[in-house]
Amino acid sequence: MTSLLEASDLRAFYGSTEVLHQLAFSVGEGTITALLGANGAGKTTTLRAICGLVRSSGEVRFAGTPIGGRATEDIVRLGIAHVPEGRGTFLSFTVEENLRLGAHVRRDKSQRRSDIDRLYGYFPILAERRRQQAGTLSGGEQQMLALSRALMSRPRLLLLDEPSLGLAPIVVQEIFRIMRRINAEERMSILLVEQNVNLALGLSDHAYLLETGRLALSGPSKELRQHEAVRRSYLGY
Amino acid sequence: MNGVLHQLFSGLATGGIYASLALALVMIYRATELVNFAQGEMAMFSTYLAWSMINAGLPYWPAFLLTIGVSFLAAAVIQLAIIRPLAGAPVLASVIVFIGLLLVFNSIAGWIFGYTIKTFPSPFPSEPLWANSYISTHEVGAIGVTLALLAILFAFFRWTELGLTMRAAAENPVSSRLVGIRVARMVALGWGLAAALGAVAGMMVAPIIFLDPNMMSGVLLYAFAAALLGGIDNPWGAVLGGFSLGIVENLLGAYLIGTELKMTVALAIIVLVLVVKPSGVFGRTVLTRV
Repeated sequence: MTSLLEASDLRAFYGSTEVLHQLAFSVGEGTITALLGANGAGKTTTLRAICGLVRSSGEVRFAGTPIGGRATEDIVRLGIAHVPEGRGTFLSFTVEENLRLGAHVRRDKSQRRSDIDRLYGYFPILAERRRQQAGTLSGGEQQMLALSRALMSRPRLLLLDEPSLGLAPIVVQEIFRIMRRINAEERMSILLVEQNVNLALGLSDHAYLLETGRLALSGPSKELRQHEAVRRSYLGY
Repeated sequence: MNGVLHQLFSGLATGGIYASLALALVMIYRATELVNFAQGEMAMFSTYLAWSMINAGLPYWPAFLLTIGVSFLAAAVIQLAIIRPLAGAPVLASVIVFIGLLLVFNSIAGWIFGYTIKTFPSPFPSEPLWANSYISTHEVGAIGVTLALLAILFAFFRWTELGLTMRAAAENPVSSRLVGIRVARMVALGWGLAAALGAVAGMMVAPIIFLDPNMMSGVLLYAFAAALLGGIDNPWGAVLGGFSLGIVENLLGAYLIGTELKMTVALAIIVLVLVVKPSGVFGRTVLTRV
């Protein structure tokens, strides 16, 4: 298995404070990788560092190309889509306009229509709400929209920041089910940040556990699930 | 009655000019949450530019279009060179730079063109339309030009891909960068459009209030009041505020307080809006958790 994203010695800073310390991790092509950890462990910051939204040092390679120090707008063009913390919805725009904005980096605008329809296939509720203002959607619908918006750029790697946050369990299950489908049907690699460790380990192939900005543990998700410390601290049994 | 109608119509004409400048302020405010205090002086400078071109023998409309183009480019360059490096700086730093720009433009205009008041030509005939006694042809023309401009801008932001992208960059810069929008370019473009609007406002108001380096200070004050009245982040509010302030200013000036105190009306409205309803009539209240 070749890795699509590879980070080594990754550090990130807020002001002059180092908040990520020498992280090393990789995301295999076509796999789902989870970044786990408690509040403040540095999961969101890791995603932001990959996308150039925070100051960072170290090496990050995407499909072999070093992307450290590049502008966010250029990293997106290489094929990384990021659904940020809080979903990043364009609230005053319609559902369909949000999807059009998602395709901003695409050159082949002619295929945009068919892509939108393909995503409506995954999320029929969005098709019903296509002319509605995105700000009026429910939390779950907004998460589906955020996911779809990111997919509109046809990324090779999808960075997802807490897709389960603030959603009802049944909605979370639905979204995770579709993420699995997208991963399988489109061979889309996913780097997933989650506080819900149980859920994330169920979905992912491989997982990394962060504690206060350091890598504490990593391994195949199946093995981590059995791991003594993980079970006690994060799964609660 | 004739008098009232006359005041009403000429109020609409100046109101359209306030509306254009107010819209320019709102455009920049939405993109950066800053009010460009130099917007009026930039418009004044554009008007001088048009004046120089016309004086050099260029016909009115080519000079008009050329001025719009040059103003657009110059403002985009100013944004990239002077304002952009201030991204992330405290608001006060930006305010000081805006005031600095205001002074620079004012002084350069005075230095190059002098402080004597000049006449500025109107592209419209001097005899009133259908020999009416309510409104001059220039005022009709100014209203027409303003409305056409607003319609073009509306269509641009509503129906073009670039317009959509610019609105997105203004609403949510981080999310925009994450879908690959070059936000910095969009902001520079916004500055260009705002300056183009200002240039038209300047060229339309100059035949009425004449050309001098301080011509826009009053206009900017009214535009600012209009933008606040409509809600500083609402383009429609700014346009409506502009037109209504133009009318109110003219009626009050003619019948109640006289022309000397006209400027005070703008100040009174600014204070009133800030005290009674800071978000303006159509504005959005933003709640921030602290």
